[in-house]
Amino acid sequence: MSFLEVKNLNVEFNTADGIVRAVNNVSFSLEEGEILAIVGESGSGKSQTVFAMMGLLDQNGRATGSVKFEDQEILNLSISELNLIRSEKIAMIFQDPMTSLNPYMKVSEQMTEVLIHHKGLSKTDAIQQSISMLDAVQIPEARNLIRMYPHEFSGGMRQRVMIAMSLLCNPKLLIADEPTTALDVTVQAQIMHLLSDIQKEFGTSIILITHDLGVVAGNSDDTLVMYGGQVMEIATTELIYARPSHPYTQGLISAVPRLDDNADKLKTIQGNPPDAMLDPVGCPFSPRCKFSQDICSTQTPELLETGGNNHFRACHVAFEELL
Amino acid sequence: MNDETLMQVENLKVHFDVSSEGDMPWTKRKKLQAVNGVSFELKSGETLGIVGESGCGKSTLARAIISMVPSETGRVLWFGKDLLALQKTEMRKHRKEIQMIFQDPLASLNPRMTIGEIIAEPLKTHYPKTSKADIKARVEDVMNKVGLLENLINRYPHEFSGGQCQRIGIARALILKPKLIICDEPVSALDVSIQAQVINLLMDLQKEMDLTLIFIAHDLSIVKHISTKIMVLYLGNMVELAKSEDIYNHPRHPYTQALISAVPIPDPIIEKNKNLILIEGDLPSPINPPSGCVFRTRCKKAQDICSQEKPELKEASSSHEVACHFND
Repeated sequence: MSFLEVKNLNVEFNTADGIVRAVNNVSFSLEEGEILAIVGESGSGKSQTVFAMMGLLDQNGRATGSVKFEDQEILNLSISELNLIRSEKIAMIFQDPMTSLNPYMKVSEQMTEVLIHHKGLSKTDAIQQSISMLDAVQIPEARNLIRMYPHEFSGGMRQRVMIAMSLLCNPKLLIADEPTTALDVTVQAQIMHLLSDIQKEFGTSIILITHDLGVVAGNSDDTLVMYGGQVMEIATTELIYARPSHPYTQGLISAVPRLDDNADKLKTIQGNPPDAMLDPVGCPFSPRCKFSQDICSTQTPELLETGGNNHFRACHVAFEELL
Repeated sequence: MNDETLMQVENLKVHFDVSSEGDMPWTKRKKLQAVNGVSFELKSGETLGIVGESGCGKSTLARAIISMVPSETGRVLWFGKDLLALQKTEMRKHRKEIQMIFQDPLASLNPRMTIGEIIAEPLKTHYPKTSKADIKARVEDVMNKVGLLENLINRYPHEFSGGQCQRIGIARALILKPKLIICDEPVSALDVSIQAQVINLLMDLQKEMDLTLIFIAHDLSIVKHISTKIMVLYLGNMVELAKSEDIYNHPRHPYTQALISAVPIPDPIIEKNKNLILIEGDLPSPINPPSGCVFRTRCKKAQDICSQEKPELKEASSSHEVACHFND
């Protein structure tokens, strides 16, 4: 039994213009203590996948399928049941640390709230524990800084506060939704370093959502590549980079300029990302794919194992033909 | 590429007044030093990349060059003529030779104008006597160049994706056939696969139209890919200026070294064995910058001299300038 198992997850939104299918048939699993990276471009459904798991979809959203966390079905639970899981077992860090912290509350109040409500700690104990958590994420002079408001912190410090807050109840799973996208590279390096320390120290499993292939490379065990709401490829991170077996993954990896490379021209993926308003028929990547065949536009490829090693890909074209 | 010098910037300083309203008349006025003594030379056909983290003054520098923000001191020589000393009407003549592309592709296009009107606007402003037919021909010509279909001419910006909007922005910059284009984070709002398309387009156009570029971005891998020279800014100060291979292969300033090591490389084997140089702490406030070398508060090599004396930008090897007391 896996620690986290997602099966056939679908997410739909009812909008004035019709139904938007943001996530289609996504399945994956995560073992305890692992880091899974979900990569994809904007609109690929990577954030909505985890929002659905956490019950954070917008009012007009609807999720179907199954999400099992430690053998318990957590998809579409009632708010009170979800709150229990969200407070004690799964925590989340968001992209923009300024908008996800309450600007009217001091950091101390925001942090202790969780501990007082869910763990029944007294205020002094809660503050004590918050300070030690801020120390753990390397915020200097945590004892004084805890009385400040979020706007008094820099972007990197705010993200540290967010991380400290999410760790207060010792979650087993931490979901980080683009945790470093709003930050500068040197700060990004600090935060990613911190996350990997936390994973080692507390044995927390992490789902890391990002569009940055560089961040994925250094900080994950497994990688899941999404496009147009569907899973294109899942494998260990080493395999994804060494032997990308889906045309989209191949295109994505070669489209990134590398600092250690002197290529004259970047390889591009032609065309534009898909329109989520249209019914997904066939492979969502087929209009932009160099290897596209007739079958690609009529039949959705299944996610099948290729060459062992838990390497899954969804593509009609044989791997050998892609080389 | 010929060796003609297009632009020479000398000791450019931009200070913003940030005094708060409640200040007493006798309180000393606070100044934010956004750009502090930047000098460089730009030759025809070159691409100068400017990198630095948020708040380091890279956008302000770009705006100061074309007088969109007033500068305190310094000179910007454009073919030997100081742009900062020019009258408004005279400046206007030169503005058409220097165009700009902005970061947010959608926000920089007027939502109530069709893309044909948007692209034609610089032409109508600078050459009001151009006939309608001429304008249309020129607009269609640049649209072709940037890879937009001509039949899209009457559409509105919201009908386009981010990458296409950036192409419209590029077309608008190109229509006056400028000599220099300043690109302020032109691809940071775009997805990876679209980013590559836009960068290739810019590089192709540069060759085709003999353009000189100033390319501002925070992503070092992209800047290195497109630039011939790179300038590294920290807190409004130039810390290093060199050819792009030299910056990557032999970074001399401790900040540049840390910055390069912080850029993740999309290869798990390299990434996991990398010797990461982490910079401790946060960026100091630009209102009250550290004395001496601005980077000393976070620098591992810092010694007494760093707080007392500001390091000058010195040539360390041929065309490689660095501002550090310990640059070997």
